[in-house]
Amino acid sequence: MEYLTSTDFTAIRLSVKVALAATLLSLPFGIGFAYLTSFCRFRGKLLLEVLINLPLTLPPVVIGYLLLISLGTHGWLAPLFNLLGIKLIFTWKAAVLASALVGFPLLVRSIRIGMESLDPQLISASRTLGARRLDILCTVILPLSVRGICAGSSLMFARSLGEFGATIIVAGNIPGVTQTIPLAIYDYTSSPTGQGTALSLCIVSVVLSVLVLGIHETVGRKFTRRA
Amino acid sequence: MELRMAVDKRFPGFELATDFSVAGGRVGIFGVSGSGKSTLVSLLAGLSHPDQGEIVLDGEYLFSSSKRISVPPERRRIAMVFQNACLFPHLSVKGNLLYGFKRCTPGHRKIDPDTLIDVLKLEPLLQRGVNMLSGGEKQRVALGRAILANPRLLLMDEPLSALDDSHKLQIIEYLRSAGDQFGIPYLFISHSLLEIRLMTDEVLAVGGGRILGQTTPEELARQRMGRSQVGYINLIRGDLVRRLGGMQVYRWGDAELFVSTASQEETPLFELSSRDIILFKKHPEAISARNLLHCKVVDTFASGNKVGVELSVGGQRLIAEVVGEAADELAIQARADIYAVIKASSFRTLT
Repeated sequence: MEYLTSTDFTAIRLSVKVALAATLLSLPFGIGFAYLTSFCRFRGKLLLEVLINLPLTLPPVVIGYLLLISLGTHGWLAPLFNLLGIKLIFTWKAAVLASALVGFPLLVRSIRIGMESLDPQLISASRTLGARRLDILCTVILPLSVRGICAGSSLMFARSLGEFGATIIVAGNIPGVTQTIPLAIYDYTSSPTGQGTALSLCIVSVVLSVLVLGIHETVGRKFTRRA
Repeated sequence: MELRMAVDKRFPGFELATDFSVAGGRVGIFGVSGSGKSTLVSLLAGLSHPDQGEIVLDGEYLFSSSKRISVPPERRRIAMVFQNACLFPHLSVKGNLLYGFKRCTPGHRKIDPDTLIDVLKLEPLLQRGVNMLSGGEKQRVALGRAILANPRLLLMDEPLSALDDSHKLQIIEYLRSAGDQFGIPYLFISHSLLEIRLMTDEVLAVGGGRILGQTTPEELARQRMGRSQVGYINLIRGDLVRRLGGMQVYRWGDAELFVSTASQEETPLFELSSRDIILFKKHPEAISARNLLHCKVVDTFASGNKVGVELSVGGQRLIAEVVGEAADELAIQARADIYAVIKASSFRTLT
């Protein structure tokens, strides 16, 4: 086991930053899709559910490749991003996007479980008391789904910390720029002298994961007691 | 309140088809489980939609398939008290009470929250979480929450079914007093004839997804006497006069009743089954039962294979039931003198 270098610390900071950004970016969409699939009936709902869950079954490398051919220099979305002056590929933002896509099904599923465990009569009660849809979402559904939202967020954060396949394709493995903990470990394990540092980063990964899961359990128990 | 509902609603294996008009402030919907009561309520509240038909409340169309009108529940101003209170678990009692009030337009806010809190005696509970309340307290809060939404109609869907008997009557007192004080018309849904009799002036009997009849609770109770396992339930409120051995003596009109079941109340409510009253044509010499009442027959009525006998005793009314053969033997007819015998243990305390 060896001491970590400043590049390794940058990788740790970047991992946390990417995971946090991916989670925060996905949260409103996750809540929206969970609400849609839990409480609304519409045509194409099954297709939407399949699409949301697709990243769960697809290899992350496939997701990364699809992102690359969509957002790359010659990708079909490239003109739009060029027009907006946004450069994504091989930046930390691409890592955020990759992590967000890969972790999104976990986020939506957890929030959905929280929403679907609500007593539907509470929603009926709020409607008869004069509350409209958005009002009900903000004053009844979201407060009573906090446990699911916390669970989904922590799962997504943890999944993002470990994201590798999609990130390396779409963001590359540039030390100090897009290199996250898993990518750095991959680099060290490819080098004959990097085994010790790889082990140190593995320990950091374990500590971060334990921290996230600890927070997840604590928050979960707090809300269980309250309910 | 004037309500007209002519609606059809089909589910797999069940069809609700109703066509009725009802007016009044205290209306009951009576029927056994699965008769369609809750579906009817859900359609009226707007929580589900009829396949076709019309719902008109006080001249306003809430639903009309031909006119393509369907007012959403949040704009109907029909509040509900649910079977299991349905309080918001993340809000305090106060938060629950004010939920509907805050969403009510200022022009409709006729009921003062402080007055309601006073009437329902909710002051000590205001800051509590709803999970810290008993079943009866929860229903009081649910009632308060619905009333504070200032509805034009209050739907009470079996609000007492989750409570034990001792709490039911307490809550009925609150329901009645709140209904009277704030003048909100209500529809009270129940499978309990006793609750319907205590809460309503007019009742729709529902069965198999149809309206079987529209009558008064008293008439419904008489119609069902012959088929019911408990007969007709007489509701008797007495004033405690004295205690005698293990019994209490209550004044009931001009008569005195000996009751062996205890009550904490000074003027308790008792129920007495029509089947626990034995009729004698002449004064019996000596009997073990403690209540021997000299009555006049007011009327008789047929119910199933039984004959109901309406008696006048000390200015009060009592319903007894006999089989047809006994009615003939006793020569029961209006204005005939008769003696009613009731055991002191036949009275069941309600409050």
